[in-house]
Amino acid sequence: MFTPLTVAVAVTALLLAAWCGYAALRNQPVKDWHYLGMAAVMLLTVAQLVVGLVQLGGGERPAAGGTGTFVSYLLSVLLCLPVVGIVSLSERSRWGSATVAAGAVVLAALELRLADVWAGGTGG
Amino acid sequence: MAEDRADARAGLRQGPGRLLVTLYGIFTVGATSRSVYQLTTRFDEAPLAYVLSAVAALVYAFITVSLIRGGENARRGALVACAAELAGVLTVGTWSLADPDAFPDATVWSDYGQGYLYLPVVLPVAGLLWLRRRRAASQAALP
Repeated sequence: MFTPLTVAVAVTALLLAAWCGYAALRNQPVKDWHYLGMAAVMLLTVAQLVVGLVQLGGGERPAAGGTGTFVSYLLSVLLCLPVVGIVSLSERSRWGSATVAAGAVVLAALELRLADVWAGGTGG
Repeated sequence: MAEDRADARAGLRQGPGRLLVTLYGIFTVGATSRSVYQLTTRFDEAPLAYVLSAVAALVYAFITVSLIRGGENARRGALVACAAELAGVLTVGTWSLADPDAFPDATVWSDYGQGYLYLPVVLPVAGLLWLRRRRAASQAALP
């Protein structure tokens, strides 16, 4: 797995979480700039999926054979932001912002798991 | 307060409820896929842990559906489920610390949900508070 990319996704996701969390604290809904931020982090997760699949295609495998788990985590990472993004569209209040922040934190946590599975953890 | 009566049904999933539904939804998907995988591939390794994970998945699914459905019955059902969830996470959390040998592999509720950012213990508390507040709102809406 390409560690710098994993770190980049996790860090940008946490920044996004802080940004949207701040909006929630200030009683503001998610705005266009936040969606741009979500799109940027999402692009990184797409890149991560591609890199991960290319590596699997090239014969590299997670240390403990958790290939299925690894791929499912890659896909979950990809889905996080679209899901909370759609939810925030229909919740134009501070709670929409809080939802996006929560989704971004979950994304960052999934990155940890992803690295763990690749290194040989069972993902359990 | 007419507004409250109008959205008494949708009320469980609006505002703070939206955040709760999303988190419960994520936990339902996560706990379900995880327990299906564990129960089908390596049930023998830690039967107790995996069965408890499956129970947690069911509870999460029930609460998610109740919050989305809305209405007084769903609210009461969700209230009971949240209380059960809190009792579960406290019991399993204490049990996993007191007797680690019973849990060769972790459950969602092990160590009070430490592996899940402690969300498993925060969620039911937030859920109970939210559901109680919605009852207050719907009673205030009565003539």
